[in-house]
Amino acid sequence: MNRTKGDEEEYWNSSKFKAFTFDDEDDELSQLKESKRAVNSLRDFVDDEDDDDLERVSWSGEPVGSISWSIKETAGNSGSSQEGREQLKSRNSFSTYAQLPKPTSTYSLSSFFRGRTRPGSFQSLSDALSDVPAKSYAPELGRPKGEYRDYSNDWSPSDTVWRLRKGKVCSLERFRSLQDKLRLLEEAVSVHDGNVITAVLIFLKRTLSKEILFRELEVRQVALRHLIHFLKEIGDQKLLLDLFRFLDRTEELALSHYCEHLNIQDPEKRKEFLKTCIGLPFSAEDSAHIQDHYTLLERQIIIEANDRHLESAGQTEIFRKHPRKASILNMPLVTTLFYSCFYHYTEAEGTFSSPVNLKKTFKIPDKQYVLTALAARAKLRAWHDVDALFTTKNWLGYTKKRAPIGFHRVVEILHKNSAPVQILQEYVNLVEDVDTKLNLATKFKCHDVVIDTCRDLKDRQQLLAYRSKVDKGSAEEEKIDAILNSSQIRWKN
Amino acid sequence: MAFPHRPDAPELPDFSMLKRLARDQLIYLLEQLPGKKDLFIEADLMSPLDRIANVSILKQHEVDKLYKVENKPALSSNEQLCFLVRPRIKNMRYIASLVNADKLAGRTRKYKVIFSPQKFHACEMVLEEEGVYGDVDFVTALCSQVVYEGLVDDTFRIKCGSVDFGPEVTSSDRSLKVLLNAEDKVFNEIRNEHFSNVFGFLSQKARNLQAQYDRRRGMDIKQMKNFVSQELKGLKQEHRLLSVHIGACESIMKKKTKQDFQELIKTEHALLEGFNIRESTSYIEEHIDRQVSPIESLRLMCLLSLTENGLIPKDYRSLKTQYLQSYGPEHLLTFSNLRRAGLLTEQAPGDTLTAVESKVSKLVTDKAAGKITDAFSSLAKRSNFRAISKKLNLIPRVDGEYDLKVPRDMAYVFSGAYVPLSCRLIEQVLERRSWQGLDEVVRLLNCSELAFTDMTKEDKASSESLRLILVVFLGGCTFSEISALRFLGREKGYRFIFLTTAVTNSARLMEAMSEVKA
Repeated sequence: MNRTKGDEEEYWNSSKFKAFTFDDEDDELSQLKESKRAVNSLRDFVDDEDDDDLERVSWSGEPVGSISWSIKETAGNSGSSQEGREQLKSRNSFSTYAQLPKPTSTYSLSSFFRGRTRPGSFQSLSDALSDVPAKSYAPELGRPKGEYRDYSNDWSPSDTVWRLRKGKVCSLERFRSLQDKLRLLEEAVSVHDGNVITAVLIFLKRTLSKEILFRELEVRQVALRHLIHFLKEIGDQKLLLDLFRFLDRTEELALSHYCEHLNIQDPEKRKEFLKTCIGLPFSAEDSAHIQDHYTLLERQIIIEANDRHLESAGQTEIFRKHPRKASILNMPLVTTLFYSCFYHYTEAEGTFSSPVNLKKTFKIPDKQYVLTALAARAKLRAWHDVDALFTTKNWLGYTKKRAPIGFHRVVEILHKNSAPVQILQEYVNLVEDVDTKLNLATKFKCHDVVIDTCRDLKDRQQLLAYRSKVDKGSAEEEKIDAILNSSQIRWKN
Repeated sequence: MAFPHRPDAPELPDFSMLKRLARDQLIYLLEQLPGKKDLFIEADLMSPLDRIANVSILKQHEVDKLYKVENKPALSSNEQLCFLVRPRIKNMRYIASLVNADKLAGRTRKYKVIFSPQKFHACEMVLEEEGVYGDVDFVTALCSQVVYEGLVDDTFRIKCGSVDFGPEVTSSDRSLKVLLNAEDKVFNEIRNEHFSNVFGFLSQKARNLQAQYDRRRGMDIKQMKNFVSQELKGLKQEHRLLSVHIGACESIMKKKTKQDFQELIKTEHALLEGFNIRESTSYIEEHIDRQVSPIESLRLMCLLSLTENGLIPKDYRSLKTQYLQSYGPEHLLTFSNLRRAGLLTEQAPGDTLTAVESKVSKLVTDKAAGKITDAFSSLAKRSNFRAISKKLNLIPRVDGEYDLKVPRDMAYVFSGAYVPLSCRLIEQVLERRSWQGLDEVVRLLNCSELAFTDMTKEDKASSESLRLILVVFLGGCTFSEISALRFLGREKGYRFIFLTTAVTNSARLMEAMSEVKA
């Protein structure tokens, strides 16, 4: 869309967004907290009355008498869990689930099914059922036995499909010729019932040769889709691959084969399997991804073995201070990079576990690399490393700080890792956009930055407002006063 | 402008009948295996079962113990076992292995298997073209919800009408399972409200509650007795509900501020309007780089793809690579699924938005094109979001502030940025009482199979009466759409009954597409 810059500004500032932002978050949150206090103060009063009428709730949160509660009870009793026994002890009488509606009509539904009506209202459905000796039946289920057997040989495809839809037992054996079978399939497709189509396909799969089945389905898209879905559900990988090969759907063939790797738990075996995927007919980009997947797992296996060894030897400081919580196997690349920046930051490019090696091998863009390295070093509170990440020397030998990710992001990550204010301050200062800088500085209490920025903006009102936020008698207050009193500044407000 | 209740308006059907029918069917099936039995239930079916039958009913039909179907050997010692499962292959394998284990141990038992449902749901067949309703509006499903019920679903997952609130919500060390329906008086009043209104409402209620309790100070014995017998129960109920919902709101707020919700919503709105695409794309890129959440990142990419008619090849390649690097190489499969479903695609040359728009407008003005032409069918899986959105005015133009406290149209469910497609369609069809004048829209939606039923016959009633309308969603709908239609109902005097195969949201949709189970 072609809009001017002016329009954009207007757009972002438009009231549509003001309509729902968290700008007044403080107000709303305090409103909420107030409500909460009000409600909590009443808790004592409420709780000390006897609460017979309230729904009883178990420790795990389920209403007593519900299905999930009962299952937990059973599981608790059969094991020797403390929880189970506690539940038994704390349980009072078995109260009825509060939400169960009591039928108020004169006749209950089951009375219809009994074949005679019962006058008068029932107390509850269960009363009604326990009284009556006659067997009740629900619709559709009480047909005479005869219907279950396949007496007639004359059922046409449409009759058969109708029976299948109703869930009646139905033998398809009489559809012997290919033509009959195909008519049956077409009938199933025309009624749009997936269940029936699948039922017919199961029959065809059993009674037709692979080649014929595939040939016929090639021109029947709907049935074909059903078969593919069915084969996936049932896990018949071999037939599925044969099908794709036949249809020359090479890419799906490749993907289906690749999909199998998820079922292989052993890392070495999985790695070997991935190797077999590399030559498959993927698209060009996907081939590269598959290659990367293989290489990544290969590396991870090496790193994992090495690190596990180091950790158990107990000589390496980083592993002692920050024991590993999980294995690096099968983790995404970015996670692996983070791990590498955390545990192997200083290693030279030559090792498999060095971050620089990872960056090169997988062509990780600068942005991603810096973001991840920053997160890792900040977590370790290695502020010097953070510094080095952003410092570049220009050709005159002067150092300058640059970041491919925007310094506001850097500040957020530093703050998240409880960086000391001096460090935060330094990076807040580097934020380019003045409004963002001011916001962040205020949020993170970087007083000097706020003061300096207000001064640069010649915004006296804001500086005055900020003065009330700093501590009385502090150095910041003095600084503000000095600036406010300075005759050299031409304030704009 | 709400329509008052009219005494001659048709009664709403009694839905508890459906529950009783289901219960009776279940009881009948249980009684086919007479005598004591243990019941194994699939996890997904536990919540629905709770809604129609509780444990005491089951016990009355000789169900002894209840177990969950899981990957552990069954500990049941009962002679008869009953299984209540969905008709899935993996359940069949589970039952078979159990039976075979028994056989091996020389144990004879009786088994009965009950399937629910009898047929597969339409929503499972995502690939099905039959589900034309299901395919059409993915955009709504992918947006962040901001009406209270939608937010609760997005944050906590509502299953079968109930939700599990953890200790952070209940301010105790327990979790609580809460049934969210109209019987919860507090919930009923806030469920359709935009989130920004909810705090105000809750705080008002809290203050009222306090005032009510305070009344008891000045009471004498008689008044107190009266108070205790008449009012106290109601107040206690309200107190309980209030504290749960306040807790939920707090939890939602915490999560939202952590996630930088504001930025997220800004980006979504920009995508819906088709504005500032580069900035939105870099937001998504950063989202992926920071490994914020695999489902959220995917959702945003799909929203971009649907509103822009596919990603430009450079973006598609680079975002895909970054996604695989951040969340795992196996997501190659997820991308393939999304591509096939049409949710995340790459623009082919000649597919840029302008090219498509001119193609589509050419077809629409061509009167002779009564049938679907080849060119059009090649756009079959492409989203024509912009064209539809313009035609149906889904992005409201607003001068001045959009007042969320007194919403003026259905777009309030997305803070004024977007009217869900389904809701707008329903509004239009109801107004015109037919599909007249909507031919172009129908074609844009690719609904060659839409059936037009004649609606004029039933409308004998005057135009002011409260029309009762059954809305059926095949393939699922979101709470936001339901809230929007309720709003429409209040404005125009319709009463809606909603029937849907499932209630969905962006997370469920993305999880269904993701090959890799988290």
